Amino acid sequence: MIQAIKELVERRDLLYIMTWREITVKYKQSVMGMLWAVLMPALIICAGLVVRYAFAMVSGKSIALFDLTSVAVKAAPWAFFVASIRFGTSSLVSNTNLVTKIYLPRLVFPLAAVFSQFFDFLIAAAVVCLFLMAVGVGWSVQLLWVPLILATLVLLTAALAIMFSAASLFFRDVKYLVEVLLTFAIFFTPVFYESALFGSWAPVLLANPVSPLLEAMSSTIVHHQSPSLAWFSYSFLFTVSLLIVAIHLFRKLDPYFAECI
Amino acid sequence: MANRILEVQQISKKFRRGELYNTLRDLVPALSGKLFGNRSHAELERRDFWALRDVSFGVDRGEAFGIIGGNGAGKSTILKLLTGIMRPTKGSIRVTGRISALIEVSAGFHQDLTGRENIYLNGAILGMTRAEIRRRFDAIVDFSGLEEFVDTPVKRYSSGMFARLGFSVAAHVDPDVLLVDEVLSVGDYLFQQKCLERMHSVIRNGATVVFVSHNLREIANLCQRSLLLERGRIQVIGPTEEVIGAYYNRGRRPRAHDSNVDVRITRVAVHDEGGPRVEFESGGKFYITIEAHALTRHEDMTVVVQIVDNNQYPVFDTCTQRLGAGAITLDADQTLRCTFELNLSLAQGTFHVNAYLHRYVTNLPYDSWLSAATFFVTGAPEARGVVTLHPKLNECRVDQSSRPDVQDTPIALAVPH
Repeated sequence: MIQAIKELVERRDLLYIMTWREITVKYKQSVMGMLWAVLMPALIICAGLVVRYAFAMVSGKSIALFDLTSVAVKAAPWAFFVASIRFGTSSLVSNTNLVTKIYLPRLVFPLAAVFSQFFDFLIAAAVVCLFLMAVGVGWSVQLLWVPLILATLVLLTAALAIMFSAASLFFRDVKYLVEVLLTFAIFFTPVFYESALFGSWAPVLLANPVSPLLEAMSSTIVHHQSPSLAWFSYSFLFTVSLLIVAIHLFRKLDPYFAECI
Repeated sequence: MANRILEVQQISKKFRRGELYNTLRDLVPALSGKLFGNRSHAELERRDFWALRDVSFGVDRGEAFGIIGGNGAGKSTILKLLTGIMRPTKGSIRVTGRISALIEVSAGFHQDLTGRENIYLNGAILGMTRAEIRRRFDAIVDFSGLEEFVDTPVKRYSSGMFARLGFSVAAHVDPDVLLVDEVLSVGDYLFQQKCLERMHSVIRNGATVVFVSHNLREIANLCQRSLLLERGRIQVIGPTEEVIGAYYNRGRRPRAHDSNVDVRITRVAVHDEGGPRVEFESGGKFYITIEAHALTRHEDMTVVVQIVDNNQYPVFDTCTQRLGAGAITLDADQTLRCTFELNLSLAQGTFHVNAYLHRYVTNLPYDSWLSAATFFVTGAPEARGVVTLHPKLNECRVDQSSRPDVQDTPIALAVPH
C-alpha cells in the first residue's frame, strides 16, 4: 500500500500526463468540445425536474426553488461518479497495448480515468456555480465542508474504479454488470429526492456510501447546514477502507495482468 | 559481486495453453466442474507450458550482454520478466537502479495526439519526468529528423516515421540498465546507423545493456558475453564468439544427406592461427578447413569452398583443382583434410561458407554442405559493400585556378527573372 503510493508519487508526472492525455483526446476532433462536460449533468437536472414536478403534483404543493438548486448541486457530482466508474472500469482493457508491452505502475490507468472526469466535473461545477449565484443561493461558513466532501467522493470513485478495472481485465462481462448497476443506481441514490422522504427507511438508502456525500453537498450548499456528521463519517470511513482494500487487491493481481488480459 | 547490477536466479515461467476463462459466464461452469472434480490433475498439467526453465545469469555494471535464440526460445519472455511486465513463476530477479527497455518503443503513442504531445506522453510512460523531457525535447526531435512533422497527429505518420519517433524518445531515457530487442531494424539505413552509434555511446558512457537480437553481427560487435537460449533453457553461456558458434552449429547435425553417398564432408571450420573464430578484422588472413570421410573408395574428387554473403549471393569460390592439386582419391575409411588460406578482403558483414565435394571432371557433387560455418567481418570503415578493394587516396586537392569553362546549361536559362 505504502509502496504503491510511493511509486505513484515518484511517477506523478506520468499520472499527470495520462490524465492530460484522456482530456486532450476526448476534446480533439469533437464538435461540441467542452459542452460535453455540461451535457450529462444538464440532462440529469432536466430528468430531476420532471421527477420533482411529478412529486409536487402528487403532494399538491407547488415546486420550490430549492428543489431545483438541490437537484443541480447533486447532479454534477453524480454525473462525475457515473462517468468515472464507467470509464475507469474499461481503463485497463482499453490500454492493453501499454499493459502488455511496457511496465508502468498500472494504478495510473484507473486513476487517470477518474481525474480526467474530474476535470469535466470542474467545468460542470463552474456552470452550476454561476446558476447558483444567479438564483441567489448565497454564502455561508458551511461551504468549507465542500472540498472535504468532494475529496471523499473522488477517493470513493477511485477505489471503485480501481477494483472494477482489475475485475474487468479478468472477466470482460464485469463491464456489462457495472453498466446495469450504474443505470439503476440513480433510483437507489438520493439525486432526485431527499432520503428523508422515506422516513424510517432512509438509512437503507444512506447505506449506499455515495448517498450521504450527495446529501451533504445539498445541505451545505443549498440549505447552509452542516452535513449529518454520523453519515458523513460513515461514508468517509467506508471510502478509506475500500481504498485500502482496492489498492491491495490491485497490487496482488498486478503480476497477472499482462498474461490474462 | 558489488558490481552486479542485474542478477537473475533460477527463473522459470509457466504459461497455460488454450483459453482462459474470459467472462464470468465461463468461469461459473468451470468452477463447478472443478468442485465436482471432473477434470483430472493430469489434464491440467498437460495444459501447462514452460516458456523458461531455470534460467540464471548475471550482468555487471557497464557490461553489454547478449541473448540469442531462435523463435520461441523464450527471449521475449525474459525481457518481459526483466522489465516487470510479468513476474516469474519461480526464481528471482534483482535489479539495482532504473531499468528501461527499447522494446515496443511506440506502444505508448496515441494516434490522435501530435508528435510533440506524444513525445511528452511516451517520455512519461518510459519513466522520464516532465522537466527531463522538456530539457531533452530538442535533442529528441533532432534525432528523429521529424522537425517538420512534430505538430502533425501521429496517425498521419508513415510506419517508419512512427517507429523513428518512438526510438528517438526511448533513446533519450538514461537508464542504469537498457534492454534492447530488435529495434535496430527500424527505419532506413541511415537511421539504423544512427541508432547503432547511439547504442555504442550509451555503452561507452557506462550503461549496462542487455541486447536481444537475431542480428548476430551486432551482438558479436557489442557484447562480450552472451547466452544461447533454446526452448526456455540456457544451452550455452559465455564469451559471445563461443555462443554464436554454438548457435550456428545447433540443429546442423545430423545433416540431411543422400544415403547412397558414402563419402561426406564431416567438418567445416573457419579459424585463424590461434583457433576457431567467428569474428575477424578486415584485411587480415583467415583459414577454412574442410574434412571429409569416405566409407568406400572414391576417385577423382575436388573440394570446393564458396563464400556467400548474408543474402546467399556468392562472393567468392575456389577449389583444390584450380589451386593446382590434382584429383583426390580416398580409400575406404580414409579421411581428407584441406586447409585454404584466404585474405580477408571483405567489407564488414556476415558471411557463410558452403563446402562441396565435386567429381574432378564433371563437377557434379558427391556431397555438399551449405552454410556450414558463419563468420563476421568488422573493421574496414572506409569500405561499404561486400568486398574491400583496399582503397587509398592518392590525390585530393583543391585548385586555386578560376572556374573552368562550363557549357551553359539550358536549365539555367529556363529560370525566369
